[in-house]
Amino acid sequence: MRFAPAGMPWFAVHEARLMWRDGVAMMTGGYPARRVALLIFVVIVAVLMHLLANAIVAPWLAHGIAPDKPTLVLITGSGILFWTVMLSQALESVTRAYYARADLDLLLSSPASSHTVFAVRTGITALTTLLLACLLASPVVDVLVVHDGPHWLMAYLVLAALSALSTAIAVLITVALFRTAGPRRTRLVAQIIAAIIGAGFVIGIQAIAILHFGNMSSRFALFSDPQFVAAMPDAQNLLWAPARAALGDWTALVGVVALGAVALAATIAFAASGFGQHAIAAAGVGQQRIEQRHHAVAFKPRSQKQQLRVKEWKLLARDPWLLSQTLMQVFYLVPPALYLWISYGQSAGTYVVVIPVLVMATGQLSGGLSWLAISGEDAHDLVVTAPVAAAAVLQAKIEAVATVVLVVLTPIIVLMMFASFQLAATTAVFAALSSGSATAIQLWFRVPMRRAMFRRRQVASRVSTISEALSSIFWAGTAVLVAGDQYLIAVLPAVLAVMTLGMAYWLSPKGKRV
Amino acid sequence: MPASPFALDIEGLSKSFDRPVVKDLQLRVKAGEFYALLGPNGAGKTTILRMVAGLLQPEAGSISVYGIDTRKDPLAAKSIIAWVSDEPMVYDRLTPYEYLEFVAGLWRVDARQAQARSTELIEWLGLAPHAHQRCGGFSKGMLQKVALAGALVHDPKLIILDEPLTGLDAGSARQVKQVLLDKVHAGVTVIMTTHILEVAERMAERIGVINHGRLVAEGTLAELRTQIGRETTLEEIFLDLVAQEEMDADGAVSDAA
Repeated sequence: MRFAPAGMPWFAVHEARLMWRDGVAMMTGGYPARRVALLIFVVIVAVLMHLLANAIVAPWLAHGIAPDKPTLVLITGSGILFWTVMLSQALESVTRAYYARADLDLLLSSPASSHTVFAVRTGITALTTLLLACLLASPVVDVLVVHDGPHWLMAYLVLAALSALSTAIAVLITVALFRTAGPRRTRLVAQIIAAIIGAGFVIGIQAIAILHFGNMSSRFALFSDPQFVAAMPDAQNLLWAPARAALGDWTALVGVVALGAVALAATIAFAASGFGQHAIAAAGVGQQRIEQRHHAVAFKPRSQKQQLRVKEWKLLARDPWLLSQTLMQVFYLVPPALYLWISYGQSAGTYVVVIPVLVMATGQLSGGLSWLAISGEDAHDLVVTAPVAAAAVLQAKIEAVATVVLVVLTPIIVLMMFASFQLAATTAVFAALSSGSATAIQLWFRVPMRRAMFRRRQVASRVSTISEALSSIFWAGTAVLVAGDQYLIAVLPAVLAVMTLGMAYWLSPKGKRV
Repeated sequence: MPASPFALDIEGLSKSFDRPVVKDLQLRVKAGEFYALLGPNGAGKTTILRMVAGLLQPEAGSISVYGIDTRKDPLAAKSIIAWVSDEPMVYDRLTPYEYLEFVAGLWRVDARQAQARSTELIEWLGLAPHAHQRCGGFSKGMLQKVALAGALVHDPKLIILDEPLTGLDAGSARQVKQVLLDKVHAGVTVIMTTHILEVAERMAERIGVINHGRLVAEGTLAELRTQIGRETTLEEIFLDLVAQEEMDADGAVSDAA
């Protein structure tokens, strides 16, 4: 089917084609032959996720699902957790629509309407947010459809409405930021807001659970707490409309879908006129020159390694993009820190809960920083042509990363030491192993790229991403077992962690680098 | 340092990617010479220079810089070479001064000496008003000047430049050319690839023409004119030499068939 050029359907087809090809290329690494393997992998993951969902949801279904207040509170609470992730994703996508310059210069310099471009790109954002939501929620919804009836299919329409609503809110936040913070700060502030929204609600609920129940057993426990449920509005309140719609209430469904559609359409109509102007202002950001405050020129005598370390720290400190990424990682350290504070003076046994979180967060933080220092080298040729041994360069970069990780982790370890030296030592050792493993993986899979390509880190090599995640998980498992004095069983995840590293090294592109 | 009359001495250099890119190359550049390496796109010029700078490993052959074997003692060779590519190797979030401090540190230049030299280079290249601004918002010409300052801050004996004038305005290009000529007058060797043949014609003492990874002709402009047998511009000479080499290559393929 052919559409009139430069119209909305024509742009939509163009965007969809680019999105599809980009997605396939990222998933297959540019090898079309991998499509079959990818399909098989997707099917296996889908089956496993459905089995997992069945295991979680089936016991709940055994008692039957009635649209009573406790059920509505539980579904709404879980739904809000889910929606914050959707909003975070939408905010990042919308910001990208303004700042990504790939083809925006071409489109804005053409006689095509910028309103149309904006409407299509906003629609695509809503669609991708919906796809992500469906990917995560479909196992649970499908299990509910099978066990409780086809009325649960309405949940997909609720997801579509929530995607539209989150995209509309994301657009409004972005436009408000352009007007208040200006184009230079909008991207950074939006990324921080996205990180806070994405992690903040989860962490907030966890924090309330810790303060209320004194443990980190489940963030969902709060939604089942009779006191909490009693304090909520009654079952007929509009707040529960999305939950009622998902449970098969047609009236609520029509209301929720209408709200999502109207919110998105109204937002597009409101924000489209300013899109071209904001996008052009965003384009000018790269041209702005940032003056450093300290003008005194005083070259400090430093060794080659010191120069490399100082350069890494300067670049890390001046990278707003990284700032938001790091914030996200450090954010996850807040609940364990809070838990430590609450539990201070209690028996050391309760600390076992926080160890895996710390070990995993340290691994993830190290992985991100290592990528920036090792692969994300903007002047790769300069460093390679310098009279410095390649090993010394890598050593300096690893030391730079390790120092940052140490600065973040040390206060928590010190706090733990007041309660239990043994558990603090266990956490420190396994956090170091997790951090070292993530760094080693980044070292083996290093591919010189510009730092701006950080987003591509996760897809540059599937093997490195999966190995990094697995090694963090296995070291976290080992740590928690060692902390619980289960030394013999602890050998198992430790062996798995070492095997993961061995496999990653074996699959790494050895001998292809200078 | 071993005494050698040659700043660069390449013997039997070969490199392949999916196809042979450099084939049994012999190339010698005298110390203190301005040498231009010309060739059509994909001829292998950049690959040759990247091997000299230590950015690529040769498959066969040897490279010697002022008598230092770059494979046996790469760090000693790197300490006297500066590499400037067409894409300026500059950090967006560092100022020119910070960048020069970093580069000087990598080449182990004494801090006080590096600071004085950096100030001089920044003035010389007209970067003084922007010396404390981050390089992120700089134009291509300014970035290239910062990269060139980085190449000069450690006082190299051999400067290798790959298309250094691409994308520069007339003023910036003139400034860069003047800096290079001053360096040659001071005894530094400069090897440069360029597609701007007038630049090679005016600046280079000797010119090498590369095609299909081989040196097809070499000499001063007068020697190259003699080789093709007519008094003409470097552009005509270059196009004649490349066309002749293409015909020879096609003929060799036909004979083999």
